[in-house]
Amino acid sequence: MSYSLSTASYIGATILFILCLGGLSNQETARRGNLYGMIGMTIAVLATVFGPYVAGFGGMAWVIFAMLIGASIGLYAARKVQMTQMPELVALMHSMVGLAAMLVGFANYVDPIAASHLSGAEQTIHEIEIYVGILIGAVTFSGSVIAFGKLSGKISGNPMLLPGRHWINLVGLLVVIFFGRQFVHADSIGEGMAYLIVMTVIALAFGVHMVMAIGGADMPVVVSMLNSYSGWAAAATGFMLSNDLLIVTGALVGSSGAILSYIMCEAMNRHFISVIAGGFGTSGGTPAAADGMQPAGEVVPILSPETAELLRDAKNVIIIPGYGMAVAQAQHTVYEITRFLRDKGVNVRFGIHPVAGRMPGHMNVLLAEAKVPYDIVLEMDELNDDFPKTDVAMVIGANDIVNPGAQDDPNSPIAGMPVLEAWKAKTSIVMKRSMASGYAGVDNPLFYKENNRMLFGDAKKMLDEVLAALKA
Amino acid sequence: MPLTIGVPKETAAGEKRVATVPEVVEKLIKLGFTIQVEAGAGDAATVSDDAYRAAGAQIVEDTAALWSSSDIIFKVRGPSAEEVGLLREGATLVSFIWPAQNPELLEQLAARKVTVLAMDSVPRISRAQKLDALSSMANIAGYRAVIEAAHHFGRFFTGQITAAGKVPPAKVFVIGAGVAGLAAIGTASGLGAIVRANDTRPEVGDQVTSMGGEFVSVDYVEEGSGVGGYAKVMSEGFQKAQREVFAKQAKDVDIIITTALIPGKPAPKLITAEMVQSMKPGSVIVDMAAEQGGNCELTEPGTVTVKHGVTIIGYADLPSRLSKQSSTLYATNLFRLSEELCKNKDGTIDVNMDDEVIRGTTVVKDGAITWPPPAPKISAAPPPPAAKPAAAAAKSSGHGKPGAPSSTKRAAVMFGVAALFFLLIGAGAPPAFLSHFTVFVLACFVGYMVVWNVKPALHTPLMSVTNAISSIIAIGALVQIAPPMDGVALDRPDGWIRLLAILAIILATINMFGGFAVTQRMLAMFRK
Repeated sequence: MSYSLSTASYIGATILFILCLGGLSNQETARRGNLYGMIGMTIAVLATVFGPYVAGFGGMAWVIFAMLIGASIGLYAARKVQMTQMPELVALMHSMVGLAAMLVGFANYVDPIAASHLSGAEQTIHEIEIYVGILIGAVTFSGSVIAFGKLSGKISGNPMLLPGRHWINLVGLLVVIFFGRQFVHADSIGEGMAYLIVMTVIALAFGVHMVMAIGGADMPVVVSMLNSYSGWAAAATGFMLSNDLLIVTGALVGSSGAILSYIMCEAMNRHFISVIAGGFGTSGGTPAAADGMQPAGEVVPILSPETAELLRDAKNVIIIPGYGMAVAQAQHTVYEITRFLRDKGVNVRFGIHPVAGRMPGHMNVLLAEAKVPYDIVLEMDELNDDFPKTDVAMVIGANDIVNPGAQDDPNSPIAGMPVLEAWKAKTSIVMKRSMASGYAGVDNPLFYKENNRMLFGDAKKMLDEVLAALKA
Repeated sequence: MPLTIGVPKETAAGEKRVATVPEVVEKLIKLGFTIQVEAGAGDAATVSDDAYRAAGAQIVEDTAALWSSSDIIFKVRGPSAEEVGLLREGATLVSFIWPAQNPELLEQLAARKVTVLAMDSVPRISRAQKLDALSSMANIAGYRAVIEAAHHFGRFFTGQITAAGKVPPAKVFVIGAGVAGLAAIGTASGLGAIVRANDTRPEVGDQVTSMGGEFVSVDYVEEGSGVGGYAKVMSEGFQKAQREVFAKQAKDVDIIITTALIPGKPAPKLITAEMVQSMKPGSVIVDMAAEQGGNCELTEPGTVTVKHGVTIIGYADLPSRLSKQSSTLYATNLFRLSEELCKNKDGTIDVNMDDEVIRGTTVVKDGAITWPPPAPKISAAPPPPAAKPAAAAAKSSGHGKPGAPSSTKRAAVMFGVAALFFLLIGAGAPPAFLSHFTVFVLACFVGYMVVWNVKPALHTPLMSVTNAISSIIAIGALVQIAPPMDGVALDRPDGWIRLLAILAIILATINMFGGFAVTQRMLAMFRK
């Protein structure tokens, strides 16, 4: 395959990738979009393998060997993973992209062919590209590994806040810039390599430190941010290799992740910087929380038979799932209840807050897995006005996203965050394990509202009981 | 020592309700009380003595014995003079009392050295809603008012097109959108009528709409909310404007239901004799304020009359006409009150005068009159629109910037920074880099445009597919594994490079296949 032909194939692959993302604009075209992505990837890989870049049969054998291993692991993981574990899987995959970018960067640096035709400014730029590529790759890698650990519960979800952590980061950044200068001016590969390794270690430490400082419910932001980083890592590699396909694809992925991070931050009414800086309310929010209104009134607990009663008598029901539903694996029971009620003519819908769960769109995937039809799963903005006409709003394992304090109490740490107005329903039922406050550490006035009922216990167990009571 | 609750048979003429029902008896027993019910107490509400017995209550045949052996008496209507005489010293009485209208009854009760909780005096605060018997009864009365109207009205409520011709829907006008008014609106619109409603408190407009009615407002600016969410007496100017609206409605509608009451005052006369005259023959007026004198000038309390061809219903016992339902709800209200009084669930009561709800409800405490209570501070009406937006704008700025600068300023700054950045790159970078950079910037924009169109529901698949796509990095490794050696081959550390490249390919391929496969799996699950 000639050089031109392989470039043309790359253009084709680029277009297919854009169509792939475009296809995700709705559920009907999404599957076709994914297919475009696969075709694009196949074209890109084939054009590279059979193109002018890989010589001889020996090279080919290595490629096939490596790809077979990767493919079998990848397919196995994709088949095995539970839908509740999607955030972990995605984080793990980000780490692989990061690691791959690092490895490619190192290999490129020691490869004399890569730089043989470069000189002067081009040489310098190339070296900066390598340096930056490895830097982004390393941050992505270690950050994603920690994110994976946090999401899978192997590492505590609490933010770990070192004293003076912003200074640590700043010093790290300065050191990285300093070594970057040294690296560009290095006389030999060996010397350059030493700087490169020091920088990598710092970058890895930075990635760990950054994600360790971020708490559980900010994870949607982190996961989408790492998604963005993995894209930028690919783009940096593209610059390094002067490969436009890598640049374009990396930029697509990078901007996609950046937009997702932005959307997640909007949904929490927080600045991106403050999420990344870590910890909730650590930059002055905590004293404000103490001034916040203390909710007055009493909590009315109920049991599953009464819940079933309320649901049976309702005409309009909105279910608001949160991370608790994922933890309890209750989505299938939720579906059973939904189906039972819908068969009886009850209008059951789901209200999804953008940051419900641990990654963007997490709840939608869980409900889809449980066979809930997607046309009754609505976004916050689509049904928030319907609560006054709703008989029962059932909150399953969510807390902050239904906190009326975000609207009523300007002193609340989550003031201004858009929330689902569950309290406007005629009755709201909150399923929770205990009265513990949510991630933001804010007491939820909803629990004390006159029309609210609390159903305490494990979501799965309680919903099973509700279902049994409904069918009885 | 667990206390005994006694439930006597109601003695007032026509009163069919009873102060407890078997389901509530069970719950009261769980609170630790012993329950006695007078024989035949539930007959009028179709609850047999056997049902009470089955629920665990003792049936007492003798009225005097029941009163003397009970520590607490649950009743619906306030006690007659005779019944006051039966009350044991130190006992507690819970019933409707209407202390404002019955000062002498209050005196008599105080003289008996008892404690009296008046169910009509429950403060109107949200915590007390579950024991608000007035609301329960008003709800029932509103329903029954529509049913009575339907009974006397000669036509369908709902419009129909039949083989025999078209039937227009009935038009119902409800005055006063309190609990009773709203219940009437809901019931009438449920039967298919066109419902309009008016209230002096403009904030109830939404509630009227939510029940299926249309809010008819009076164009005269005056706030009609009094303390405690009740209405107040309006000015002369307002009343004139209001009468014009009512006169107009009277000519148009078939049924008028009036529920206008002002606490402690006679009911306002809203429907004049001329308005009644102007109504179509066969129309119906249900005057739910009949007991307090009536909202209609022609109402005769307690009976049904026909004046100028219009049926005017002045029943004062609407809840009692739905005795089973009203007994159940009233009994539940009493049970909620018992819960408040008996926090320890040990069958004893504590009339805690520091508790706002109990303080408001208690009208006689150990022989001392405690009515009226201090005025409630919280109104059910929303507070006047305070400087809330300002407060929201000044929300805790703990999260970064104190406030967004104006958007034009921000845009200008961003453009400035971008221009400077591009200038620097343009000055220093070689052409080859710039062409790649062009591609990069354009790709970022394309990505930006495309991704904004992605549905939030598909964000997880979006992430996994972008993840799969970012394994395009495999290409970087592929070109390293065995590049063509076009003569320039120096001392290339082949082994090392190959090892790194193979590792990178494996990692990227895991991602590639895993990412696409899991996306496919997820997308397959989305179904209608």
